[in-house]
Amino acid sequence: MREFSYRRASGVREALTLVAEHDDARYLGGGTNLVDLMKHGVETPGRLVDVRRLPLGGVRETPDGGLAIGATTTNSDAAAHPEVRRRYPALSQAVLAGASGQLRNMATVGGNLLQRTRCGYFADLSQPCNKRAPGSGCAAITGAHHNHAVLGWTGHCAATHPSDMAVPLAAFEAVVRYETLEGPGEIPLADFYLPVGDRPDLETALPPGALITEIVLPPVAAARRSRYRKVRERASYAFATVSVAVALDVHDGFVRDARIALGGVASRPWRARTAEEVLRDAPATPDRFRGAAEAELATADPLPGNAYKVTLARNLIEAVLTELAERDGR
Amino acid sequence: MTDDFSSEITLEVNDVTHRLRVDNRRTLLDALREDVGHTGPKKGCDHGQCGACTVLADGRRVVSCLTLAVAAEGARVTTVEGLSGEGGLRPIQEAFVRLDGFQCGFCTPGQLCSAVGALAEHAAGWPSAATADVSPDGPTTELDAAEVRERMSGNLCRCGAYPSIVRAVLETAARAAVTG
Amino acid sequence: MSTEQPATAAIGDARPRIEGRLKVTGAARYAADEPAPDLAHGWVITATVARGRISAVDASAALGMPGVLGVLDHRNAPRLDPRAGNYFGPDGSLLLLQDDVVPYAGRPVVLVVAETPEQARAAAGAVVVTYEPYPHDVDFRLDHPAARPASTAFGPEADTGDIEAELAASAVVVDERYRTPEENCSAMEPHAATAWWQDGHLHAVDSNQGPFSVSQVLATLFGVDRDHVHIRAEHVGGGFGAKGPCGPQVILASMASRSFGRPVRVVLTREQVFLATALRPPTDQWLRIGADADGRLRAVHHRPAFALSPLAEYIEWCTEQARTLYAAPAIRTELTAVPLDILPPSPMRGPGATPGSFALESAMDEVAERLGLDPLDLRLRNQPAVGPVSGLPFSSRRSVACLREGARRFGWAGRDHRPRTRREGRLLIGTGLAATCFSAGVFPSTASITAEADGTFTVAVGATDIGTGARTALTAVAADTLGVGTERIRIRIADSDLGMAWGAGGSRGTTSWSFAITQAAAKLRERLGDPARPVTATVDTTALIDYQPATERHTFSAVFAEVSVDPATGEVRVRRMLGMFAVGRVINPLLARSQVVGGMIMGLSMALHEEGVRDPATGRQVNPDFAGYHIAAHADVPDIEAEFVPDYEPQDPLGLNGLGEIGTAGTAAAIANAVWHATGVRQRTLPIRLDRVLEAEGAEVRGAVGVA
Repeated sequence: MREFSYRRASGVREALTLVAEHDDARYLGGGTNLVDLMKHGVETPGRLVDVRRLPLGGVRETPDGGLAIGATTTNSDAAAHPEVRRRYPALSQAVLAGASGQLRNMATVGGNLLQRTRCGYFADLSQPCNKRAPGSGCAAITGAHHNHAVLGWTGHCAATHPSDMAVPLAAFEAVVRYETLEGPGEIPLADFYLPVGDRPDLETALPPGALITEIVLPPVAAARRSRYRKVRERASYAFATVSVAVALDVHDGFVRDARIALGGVASRPWRARTAEEVLRDAPATPDRFRGAAEAELATADPLPGNAYKVTLARNLIEAVLTELAERDGR
Repeated sequence: MTDDFSSEITLEVNDVTHRLRVDNRRTLLDALREDVGHTGPKKGCDHGQCGACTVLADGRRVVSCLTLAVAAEGARVTTVEGLSGEGGLRPIQEAFVRLDGFQCGFCTPGQLCSAVGALAEHAAGWPSAATADVSPDGPTTELDAAEVRERMSGNLCRCGAYPSIVRAVLETAARAAVTG
Repeated sequence: MSTEQPATAAIGDARPRIEGRLKVTGAARYAADEPAPDLAHGWVITATVARGRISAVDASAALGMPGVLGVLDHRNAPRLDPRAGNYFGPDGSLLLLQDDVVPYAGRPVVLVVAETPEQARAAAGAVVVTYEPYPHDVDFRLDHPAARPASTAFGPEADTGDIEAELAASAVVVDERYRTPEENCSAMEPHAATAWWQDGHLHAVDSNQGPFSVSQVLATLFGVDRDHVHIRAEHVGGGFGAKGPCGPQVILASMASRSFGRPVRVVLTREQVFLATALRPPTDQWLRIGADADGRLRAVHHRPAFALSPLAEYIEWCTEQARTLYAAPAIRTELTAVPLDILPPSPMRGPGATPGSFALESAMDEVAERLGLDPLDLRLRNQPAVGPVSGLPFSSRRSVACLREGARRFGWAGRDHRPRTRREGRLLIGTGLAATCFSAGVFPSTASITAEADGTFTVAVGATDIGTGARTALTAVAADTLGVGTERIRIRIADSDLGMAWGAGGSRGTTSWSFAITQAAAKLRERLGDPARPVTATVDTTALIDYQPATERHTFSAVFAEVSVDPATGEVRVRRMLGMFAVGRVINPLLARSQVVGGMIMGLSMALHEEGVRDPATGRQVNPDFAGYHIAAHADVPDIEAEFVPDYEPQDPLGLNGLGEIGTAGTAAAIANAVWHATGVRQRTLPIRLDRVLEAEGAEVRGAVGVA
């Protein structure tokens, strides 16, 4: 690990300045991913600007009936917040499905969005990786890619985004708010993560030096009956193989609103808009659910070693839709 | 202003205040072990993937291997050495010994600190991934074996003491419920 | 003091660990916890190519960095004596930093030494090692062109009867391949050592399973007398085989301490633990079993292959079960070794038996399936009266008791043996069982017992307690054999200065050390009439052991598992598990149960999770951490029942056998058989990953649709 200086910012503006004035500065939140990658030598900041104690924590209700979650809110506090649990249970479940109790106590929701992939080649400096060293190549596409992307990847990178939290955020059309020295800005989650293209190292649409301040959740009636289901290689404390966040509003046997997003299948949380379209105003039946899942995955393009993820994603969408419909029916 | 690569920090470890100059790269785990001299917290992976380094920071369980010491400035830290008071072992420690909640003992300091933290989290009404309904409007989920297993899953044990650990945590929780 | 009837009965009593309080208060010191004055820290750099040579090491930048004391590589490291070896003979994996050859990816090639760990790590990042890569081969399979017969150091292969004739005469023949992946012991404590030289003596606090054997290896490597090497390992954070061999950490720390004249600590990173220690080799096993219609076996042909390295001989003895568990007119074993460019494998908990019994007990289940028999009955019908290959009597064989009592407790009776018949909601439920055995015995050790003036006894034996409870168990043994209460016993272990001793391994630690203690106690008792104190008796059991006993000596078990399978996701969960064990007399039921339950959990972990994955291009492991190489976590493990059937080993003065490994050996097949019972599809390759189950479900569903 390279030597670095450390500054604790007392305000957002000071934090922005401390990062802007240094060539190679990074914000430090909970550190659960950044410190990990610094130990691997993947991240080599010359200065860390600690934003963990900025007054950006907490969950507040927005006038329109949504919620705003401050960027430095810990994952634990976000998941335990009564209004998150009441209005967006899938979000609480997704956060609780991530990492461990200890890590959730440290990690911030702002940092959670900016997690880097857990592709083994990304953390191994002796291997080529376009995400870590642009232009060096991708060892995973021809190598071990059992847990890599089946949607939206390119020949430059097939890594997946590891966040659980971002999956329901995508389904609920959250908006990421940030500050820069030039002023505030916001990006819908749908646009927050950039397509892989030929620059997989460029992951988000955040302007350089921007600091995430909060995540805003619009009111979503269906979200009160939402569910996050995560499948992984052991029962807990593992990244997703495939996960799904689903919100479903059924009225008189017909789907009024459906929100679906997948995790573990792409470089970003995958909003399943095709499936949602198939379901809108359709009868809430297992056949329709399966059809919707199959429509969404029609464009899936698995690598030789991960075709199972397509089946798994299809089955998961169908299973969770069915579960929610049955729960509503009771 | 020139940048320094080391910092003066204050840590309150097990009720004792320590003033330290640390390399900014030093983790809380290494500061506790190398500077404070508390080698109870263990380095099992150094990447937040095993839980052996778990301590309580301001009452919450964290992995000290991914916490930079400099970022923990001012924190009130409890390590396994600080769990037992002058009155002897805490009930959770006593239960670990009696029920054989460990074999090699290397993950034990982390399991114990994590258990203390997990019990407090449950008492505060936090749900877990094992909680069927996370709604805040229903009754608080009872702490059963499945809840304990999920909440303790950030602490790996290769000897396979898991069943005894779960028994020790459940017993300690039940005892706390009786005695208040 | 009577020699007939011990005044106390510590043996058989469930007591907590002697060091329990130390372990729950953080006071137990492991190798990386020992304070040392003027300590320097070493950071290991490992090779990134699977085969090749080091063409350059550029340490110039590192040497100028703050706190750096120096950089050791093959050009300047102390010379080591190549005659050093392991249990199987010469071992090239010990000869670190001696030449520019890279025999496997993960080989330690440079050690950077600095004042602090942070400085050492940073400097290691600045060392540039350039390799000339050679073509490598890590492509393991039974029919690999380099496959050759394995060493027969554990005895000749079985070859009784006419295999082909018996197979031809069989009503059913199971002819299948079973595969297990590379696995890693993954003890929670990464290998660590603090070493220093003083007056020509080497001292080290090390994490290992046998300080005496480690001291022997280091003495050879560094060309010093064995009794000039002093190794301590008071508390060890798990071993499972990984810390049996003399590890790279203590070799490198000893080299660096010699080079820099200071105590040096080397702690492997978790990644290095994966890459440079404790590989259970992958296996690819061909099994043919033939049986009559009534379930009598006619033939067992087991041809397992395992991978090894040209650097060191090794035996993954997968064939013990095929030659021991069941009677058959024809039994043939052909253990096969495939040399590859990998880290030399070393024993991991239940070596051989764990992959071997996965294959055999899966195949037995397939025989039962094809005959429509209860898998329990099939096993009961084929119990041998004597060793099926050796013809020797068993010293104790309580296999049937394990099966019957386990079946009773588990509720096996009434099981519908047809697969895919039990459902709970969307889940498929199945049960399975497996029987197994594990070789038992005793190795030479020394023990000293001193009767002190204050009425206590100091018992010194070069044992280690890697979590086995050895400290507690040996105290009980000493107390009973001396006829005193355990409060009068002070046990000293884990120091090479305590004399020659077998390590914690091969399920022979407790039997070997206990035997030495019982002999020393007997000798001491003869002298206790003399009032002089202190008085010491020391015994070396080398000459007392019958190395060619005319019996077969094994422990036995039966494991029962119930699983749920989600057919939509392929997720397998073990819902309950029960193990019955016959391990001779049990010294401490509390600790013994912990150990066999822990063994079963390791078996569960292997069945469902563990798999070292290699990059096809570089031959390197791509998942050398706990986020990629999954071991079972709390949430994967149900409550597990384990019990012991009454048993007594007649070859041991106290009736003991070892129990450290048998818990692991039988478990994977029980779970795999339960998965078959739940789904109707055999999983012949470990781990039983969700994608494998999902793929099988696809086939199952398509098949069902086709029939309908």
